[in-house]
Amino acid sequence: MPDGGQALRLAAAGGWRQDSYVDGPIRAMAVATIFWGIVGFLVGVVIASQLAFPLLNLDLEWTTFGRLRPLHTSAVIFAFGGNALLCTSLYVVQRTCRARLFGGEEMGWFLFAGYQFFIVMAAVGYLLGVTQGKEYAEPEWYVDLWLVVVWVSYLVAFGGTILRRAEPHIYVANWFFLAFIITVALLHIGNNVALPLTIGHAKSYGLASGVQDAMIQWWYGHNAVGFFLTAGFLGIMYYFIPKQAERPVYSYRLSIVHFWSLIFLYIWAGPHHLHYTALPDWAQTLGMVFSIMLWMPSWGGMINGLMTLSGAWDKLRTDPGLRFSVAAVGFYAMATFEGPVMSVKAVNALSHYTDWTIGHVHSGALGWNGFITFGALYWLVPRLWGKTELYSKKLAEWHFWIATLGIVLYITAMWVSGIMQGLMWRSYDAMGFLQYSFVETVAAMHPYYVIRMLGGVLYLSGAVLMAYNLWRTVRPAPAALPASQPLAAE
Amino acid sequence: MDLFQAYPVLKAAWVVWFFLLFGFILVWVLRPGRRCAYQAMADIPLQDAPPAPPKRSL
Repeated sequence: MPDGGQALRLAAAGGWRQDSYVDGPIRAMAVATIFWGIVGFLVGVVIASQLAFPLLNLDLEWTTFGRLRPLHTSAVIFAFGGNALLCTSLYVVQRTCRARLFGGEEMGWFLFAGYQFFIVMAAVGYLLGVTQGKEYAEPEWYVDLWLVVVWVSYLVAFGGTILRRAEPHIYVANWFFLAFIITVALLHIGNNVALPLTIGHAKSYGLASGVQDAMIQWWYGHNAVGFFLTAGFLGIMYYFIPKQAERPVYSYRLSIVHFWSLIFLYIWAGPHHLHYTALPDWAQTLGMVFSIMLWMPSWGGMINGLMTLSGAWDKLRTDPGLRFSVAAVGFYAMATFEGPVMSVKAVNALSHYTDWTIGHVHSGALGWNGFITFGALYWLVPRLWGKTELYSKKLAEWHFWIATLGIVLYITAMWVSGIMQGLMWRSYDAMGFLQYSFVETVAAMHPYYVIRMLGGVLYLSGAVLMAYNLWRTVRPAPAALPASQPLAAE
Repeated sequence: MDLFQAYPVLKAAWVVWFFLLFGFILVWVLRPGRRCAYQAMADIPLQDAPPAPPKRSL
């Protein structure tokens, strides 16, 4: 009987209590999400400023764009996004399975501490120049090994909780979370098969080389987008939007079709990162075709998320958290429309290696991943700390509009900049010579880089407002002074 | 037939198998008469509030 009756029976028998859930480590993960978010956004603003004003590289190797860029990407994807996924998935799996986390408090705290240790070790390596040089997979072998230990523990905790569930059906959000955990484990191991020079040496060499290495890297890279930034965050969508809207998901059937079509299609789309390279032409076309097919599940999921609000659209006026979640689904739609367009080889010939790609990534990252996380945090944090409501809805509304304006500035600047860049690179004069030198294209980007930096500042400011708002929400109320307390004598 | 000769056949068979598997999942999920069961599954997140404490007679 998948209706929660089991839990009621357990409660009646005294075998199930609300405090049976493991929430302490989840609270810590929520704090870490906010902390690493602000750090990651700040480093993003710094490197955006470096691109507009190269003097800000400071002529120090530790502060150059080349070292800070992976610090930014890892901080926002793995530290901010990773903590958000750990926090929400462990919260959701316990509630929807009506079961205590497998491994209990100790497992939760190990996952929290182990994951933060991974982040810090990776970040220190980037700043010191210790890197594999593989995009989104920069950490060297010793950090990779540690992540395997933490990630397998995460799988055991999540899978174990599902196995001990009191609810007969596994809710669809958990399918997405489980696909994310298993696939990321496979991707991480597959892309990091490497041998260190010696056990005591940080440097390692990968097993594959040349185009095979490139293909494995983008099998990893694109599916990190597909399973870390998409499947995992869809798990957040399928739990938190129904909770915020106080109504079930629009179509449970569609959610299952969404899941399986995403799983079947995503894994083949990676070669679109390697158009017009040494990769065989058939593999490039395969990647393009599967990317275009991805339109269907992406938009099916988007429609499912948005239609969950039918009959409850008025909540958008009063619930800023829900507004974040719904806007996130809108950005998901936009980014998953743009991605397949950019995977078409003719379009890619113009867009690849330009700022258009950066704009595309950020419409997904800032709009989809960032906003769905903010929406979940505004709902989750008061509940995790036993509060009834947010400290200030007004501040959350300011956050929403400031961050939205920041994203709009960012992505429009990158569209203009990227398309202009692509067109300048391919311009020939009547004699067949390139019309522009490379440095002319760099100079033409300057105003757009400044606009992008301003967009980033706005997004960061919004996140700082959220941190203040949530801190005030969970801060214990100061003890009220007794009304009759006399004033101190002058 | 050694493995090299079988490779193209196996490659094509793998694609067909995937299509069949996905088709089966679609048919299974979309088959009629499951509206109530799916509705109950969709309601799971809305029923995760702490259950009411058991009523005791004083």
